Amino acid sequence: MTDLAYVSPRAGRRSTGQRLGRIALRWLLYLVLTLFALWFLMPLFVMLTTSLKSLDEIRTGSLIALPREVTFEPWLTAWGSACTGIQCEGLKPYLLNSLLIAIPGVALSTALGAINGYVFAQWRFRGANLLFSLLLFGCFIPFQVVLLPMARMLGLMGLAGTIPGLILVHTVYGIGFTTLFFRNYYVTIPQELVRAAKIDGAGFFRIFWSIFLPLSLPIVVVTVIWQFTQIWNDFLFGVSFSQAGTQPVTVALNNIVNSTTGVKAYNVDMAAAILAALPTLLVYVVAGKYFIRGLTAGSVKG
Amino acid sequence: MAPILDIRNLRKSYGATEILHDINVAIEPGDFLVLVGPSGCGKSTLLNCIAGLEPITSGTIDIAGRDMTDVSPRDRDIAMVFQSYALYPTMTVAKNITFGMKVRGVDQATQEQKLSEVAELLQITPLLQRKPGQLSGGQRQRVAMGRALVRDPALFLFDEPLSNLDAKLRVEMRTEIKKLHQTLNASIVYVTHDQIEAMTLATKIVVMKGGVIQQIGTPAEIYNQPANLFVADFMGSPAMNLIPAKVRRDGSANRIEIARAGAAPLVLEDSRPADLPADVILGLRPEDIAEAGFRAGSNVQEAQCHIDMVEPAGADTYVVSELGGKQVTARLHAETSARAGQSMTLAFDLGKVSYFAPESGQRLN
Amino acid sequence: MTKWLETQVPKLVLAPSFVAILVFVYGFIGWTAWVSLTRSKLMPRYDFDGFGQYAKLFTTPRWDTAITNLGIYGVLFIAISMALGLLLAILLDQQIRVEGAIRTIYLYPMALSMIVTGTAWKWILNPGLGLEAMVRGWGFETFTFNWLVDPNMAIYTIVLAGVWQAAGFVMALFLAGLRSVDGEIIKAAQVDGIPHWRIYTAIIIPSMAPVFLSAFIVLAHLAIKSFDLVIALTGGGPGYATDLPATYMYAMAFSRGNLGQAASSAMVMMAVVFAIVVPYLYSELRAKND
Repeated sequence: MTDLAYVSPRAGRRSTGQRLGRIALRWLLYLVLTLFALWFLMPLFVMLTTSLKSLDEIRTGSLIALPREVTFEPWLTAWGSACTGIQCEGLKPYLLNSLLIAIPGVALSTALGAINGYVFAQWRFRGANLLFSLLLFGCFIPFQVVLLPMARMLGLMGLAGTIPGLILVHTVYGIGFTTLFFRNYYVTIPQELVRAAKIDGAGFFRIFWSIFLPLSLPIVVVTVIWQFTQIWNDFLFGVSFSQAGTQPVTVALNNIVNSTTGVKAYNVDMAAAILAALPTLLVYVVAGKYFIRGLTAGSVKG
Repeated sequence: MAPILDIRNLRKSYGATEILHDINVAIEPGDFLVLVGPSGCGKSTLLNCIAGLEPITSGTIDIAGRDMTDVSPRDRDIAMVFQSYALYPTMTVAKNITFGMKVRGVDQATQEQKLSEVAELLQITPLLQRKPGQLSGGQRQRVAMGRALVRDPALFLFDEPLSNLDAKLRVEMRTEIKKLHQTLNASIVYVTHDQIEAMTLATKIVVMKGGVIQQIGTPAEIYNQPANLFVADFMGSPAMNLIPAKVRRDGSANRIEIARAGAAPLVLEDSRPADLPADVILGLRPEDIAEAGFRAGSNVQEAQCHIDMVEPAGADTYVVSELGGKQVTARLHAETSARAGQSMTLAFDLGKVSYFAPESGQRLN
Repeated sequence: MTKWLETQVPKLVLAPSFVAILVFVYGFIGWTAWVSLTRSKLMPRYDFDGFGQYAKLFTTPRWDTAITNLGIYGVLFIAISMALGLLLAILLDQQIRVEGAIRTIYLYPMALSMIVTGTAWKWILNPGLGLEAMVRGWGFETFTFNWLVDPNMAIYTIVLAGVWQAAGFVMALFLAGLRSVDGEIIKAAQVDGIPHWRIYTAIIIPSMAPVFLSAFIVLAHLAIKSFDLVIALTGGGPGYATDLPATYMYAMAFSRGNLGQAASSAMVMMAVVFAIVVPYLYSELRAKND
């Protein structure tokens, strides 16, 4: 902690003018912080108000005005009957798709990351460093470079355009980060613990299960949140490897917004956008601390 | 009796660097073997090799008459106490202690019974339901020992178990480990860098340096007849005085001359080793230099020395005098009249002296 | 035998992940690299054809636009996000009462999908009913703000939305960096009577060099991979005005049926990423092993 506000042993000797200056500065500081807060909140606010207005009101009213007459019609449309191209079932089925992709994807990549991280941190062997570097490297490739062969591979495996295919893709390209998270967490645990357990007679899996896993709740939360956010918010894989009926919500949202049929229903677009954003926003609000930890761990230590 | 631990020609290398060079040690049941040496001397590596936690490069280790090559740690019939205690953080004290039995499928009743025995012995019964995080350093230390004791192994391994404790607690736990050893008549291998721990605990000491055994012996042997300059210097506190000297054969006696700045050389006579070379290092412990009249013995010789410094230490008073270019410490009684800057007569007990060759550092007598 | 198995267990456990990475990352990169050297169109053809695709790529005006856009977007996005992030972090480091709440507000965009961000800003920036209409409604009849449909300005809307999304994240990184500076050094400076702002410029910020590097790497990585934001905000338009390499690659791969071009553009993207990330990763891993 920097403690800068409690400075100045000389503060007592300051003149009134200086003190007033300090107070003014303080007010300015809060003003600037508030303005930035408004800037960050503005899109969310506009999305929300727009989603509660009728199209007429949108055309005649101001962007940031509160709705004169609140209507939930756009939400119902976005949920159940908005058109994503030729189909008009709203976002509902696609939210389900995203969930069906995200849950197994998160579970698999987290489980693999945990056991991999355990090996890299506690069971080092000759060449482990090289393996780890290769794995880490995979985190940083632009996914465009694997898009074409992945499409062919999914075709060969009979998984093209399916939800299991997308689960596979997200799991494979999530392993790098999840392994990194767990490895960085487990290296802080002294090696003597494994040695003690070995002498106690426990083997590789027993030690993992009885000693390491019970210690892992914080990092599991961080990893699950990270992976869930990544998979839920993914668009590139979703748009490349899905077909009508298996699209994740991000793809469906984009289709609703860009669908050219009929009148442009901005209120429905906004309701749909909020629906698509809701799960990750919720996670952020509930577990923001872990979310930030994942972001910084994933980037600083990457 | 067959040795409980027998290490023969053990070598250990990481790549091209050899960490342990040709180690040969054996101990009998009930022995308390202490591996002592400065950090990086290979003592912990040796312990890990005995435990099977690190593979050895060549040689053999037998425990209780069984060859341990290709035997995994769990099957070696050993228990180990670690420097950081290595308690399982998410388990209670009771679970920590019984984990090994649980893994091995020991039945519940036996587990309970052994747990309560050990808890009683170590006086940790009230702590059994706590987690390691809620314990003090000394309590953790006890739990770590409990985890080892409950296994009732052929051999106990201790890896610097007291080094994370504060000074007072360390002395207490040292006494307790010694008591346990006597009560249980256990066979123990104990690693430490603290020579006092080694002296107080061991029935047998191995002094190591740079992966080579310097000397094996009882505490008395190591203390009184150090095999080389390293052992002489490392064991004992304050350290043994190691004074360069010249030897002249004079009839049946050796005239040992120690140079002094600004004064005539100090000359001592000793008849025993007949074949001392012309240059030696003379080793004499501080307690073997006393105030004149306070030391009796067959070969005590007195000489006037200039006192540079006086350090009262309560029970004793240490005085320092420069001899042979070295700061030589003598251990006098507490009420000595020694004053810095003055001369006084010191008595040198040559019955306790060690001679070393200056080049090789090896003991000569 | 059991002992051998025991020592092999860790390797066996890693094997599936390793094989997956080997195939799905390195194998696939190899495949793409190979295809980028062929004349593949709709279907991959595996006979070697040299660097024709790359030559063609760099004479294609659309790719030229994409690279230029990446330059503009990358530089502005990284510079503004860093500057803003640092500013916000320093402002928040002044013992602000409601720091937690403000931090939450600044950082939430990072939890959103870029598609959502793009959708929101597309609506706000649309000239007919968005900001422009709002300001005109306030009486400024001639106010124009039509970047979204102006081919020369559209790329800046992407910068705007990108910064909005990432600035809070950079702030979080910098704030953590500020807080990790040794408090004793700062106290020493205070006792020496060094002014408040000088403590930042002379002591704290210089000691945060690693955080700057991390933030730069992350932002650069985000910029090069940016795809969703462009698709949602401008769809690459007007025309190709906001195409980035990522959207170019996607168009070639999935709508134009030109695998050779798609592969070669992907390889160029990877080269750019690696030029930035590899030295960083190398130094990180080396530092860890020392």
